[in-house]
Amino acid sequence: MSHLFEKPRIRISGDRAVLVEYGDAIDPAVNEKVRAMAALLKTGLPEGVEAVIPAYRNLSLLYDPLLTSPAKLLSLVQGLEARIHEIEIPPPRIVEIPVLYGGEFGPDLAIVAQHNGLTAEQVIAIHAGTDYPIYMIGFTPGFCYLGGLDRRIHTPRRKTPRTLLPGGSVGIAESQTGMYPVDSPGGWQIIGRTPLRLFAPERETPFLYEAGDRIRFVPVTGGEYDRIRVKEGT
Amino acid sequence: MDAFRVISPGSFTTVQDRGRYSFIDRGVPPSGVLDPYAYRIANLLVGNPADAAVLEITVMGPALEVLGEADVALTGAHMAVTVNQTAAPMWQTIRLSKGDVVRIRQAKSGCRSYLAVTGGIHVPPVMGSRATCVKARIGGVGGRTLRKDDVLARLSAEPLSRLRTLPADFIPSYLPEIMLRAIEGPQEEVFASGLETFFGGVYEVTSEADRMGYRLKGPPVHHDEGFPQSIISEPTVPGNVQLPADGQPIILLVEQTTGGYTKIATVISTDLSKIAQAVPGNRVRFQRVTLEEAHGFYREQARLLRQIEAQLSTNL
Repeated sequence: MSHLFEKPRIRISGDRAVLVEYGDAIDPAVNEKVRAMAALLKTGLPEGVEAVIPAYRNLSLLYDPLLTSPAKLLSLVQGLEARIHEIEIPPPRIVEIPVLYGGEFGPDLAIVAQHNGLTAEQVIAIHAGTDYPIYMIGFTPGFCYLGGLDRRIHTPRRKTPRTLLPGGSVGIAESQTGMYPVDSPGGWQIIGRTPLRLFAPERETPFLYEAGDRIRFVPVTGGEYDRIRVKEGT
Repeated sequence: MDAFRVISPGSFTTVQDRGRYSFIDRGVPPSGVLDPYAYRIANLLVGNPADAAVLEITVMGPALEVLGEADVALTGAHMAVTVNQTAAPMWQTIRLSKGDVVRIRQAKSGCRSYLAVTGGIHVPPVMGSRATCVKARIGGVGGRTLRKDDVLARLSAEPLSRLRTLPADFIPSYLPEIMLRAIEGPQEEVFASGLETFFGGVYEVTSEADRMGYRLKGPPVHHDEGFPQSIISEPTVPGNVQLPADGQPIILLVEQTTGGYTKIATVISTDLSKIAQAVPGNRVRFQRVTLEEAHGFYREQARLLRQIEAQLSTNL
């Protein structure tokens, strides 16, 4: 059954934002529409639109009420809707994230393996064997909400969250996987760490990815990890 | 050019500007001033552009040594100010000389004040803004609150030819009971009965109130039967009132980008200045307005600010 709405619906989020909704579930087809509309809107921000923020099933438009209105925005979106198939949406970029799995950087790899009756090597092969769509970025700068974690490695959160996870930690929580771009507390099972700087505010492009891209975790050895780490200054 | 050396930093003083809006889709909160009205007036009083960076001062003010002649203005929460131990006014331009010591005391009413200096505080912009986000450790002075001995620079600008005073009519009072105008939604449909509770109730600001959000305590607002309490996480905006399972409202502010709780209503942007000045123990009520009304208030506020700007720049 499709979760896609026939027409986008608009929700009012205060006097300066609307949410344009394409469905009511986490569903690749719904997110594809969100992504397409976000890409279309970002090619040239319509008058009065200050930001376009795509999420799982909707996108938020921040606007200046002196220059536009929700009614105008809805008709604009509907107009673009008619053209959405004519316009070629760029294929998702695949962003490779090198990960050193296990050991001191992935202290919970054994827990994930044990919970699922697998070996550590099998967990790594499964985790690195899929490209994960980024549905949304939020919570902290660069924190991705990724889809598509293989059922065979779903694992509950830790009973007690850690008070400090180093930036770059890669983890699993229930059906989710993701990485912590900056040091933060967290309850996820940590299976590895990337030497990349996922958030570098002074870099011309502070982030390596955006919503709609796909994340591919690539296992690396300790030696490769160190080489990248030195290059990144992490 | 150097502007101030920090003698004592106050309880939570940060560099802020209008906010960082280009990376919200990457999880970077907008940050920026919590009280846009007091911020705008502070910059107008020293002849700055509307987006110049200022100090946002929370509850207990700093003491600053002046490193070069400058015009400053303090607006927002009512805090006693002295320059070399002589009382100085708020909501007016004050001319400072090198070596002066400015002390800003504890707030008597309101929560946050804004200190603007001619030219604006100069720190390196990070991702297009000087606003401090302590959580992400970016912007302002090293992504943190001020510390003793920090030296703050300002962008160069001519001193004003005349000092400016805001007419008293435009100075807000910060009362212990506030009314916030709010629009229903974005998830009003799960609160068919809860809307009456919410718009009829009196809520108290709890001690969990900061730049991320204000947690309130009062009559619990329940979701209608059969509706889930959480939703698929989605973008949030300052002013969204979210309701977790305990039914106690949380007004989201400038340090959050996404959330997974249902939102019953959204405080209108012209009233965000009021919540920014509320302190724990203050009482809050919500008044329902339509989107059209809210846009009317928005235009009215824009007109008012243009009027103030015109008046101040010709002020004798």
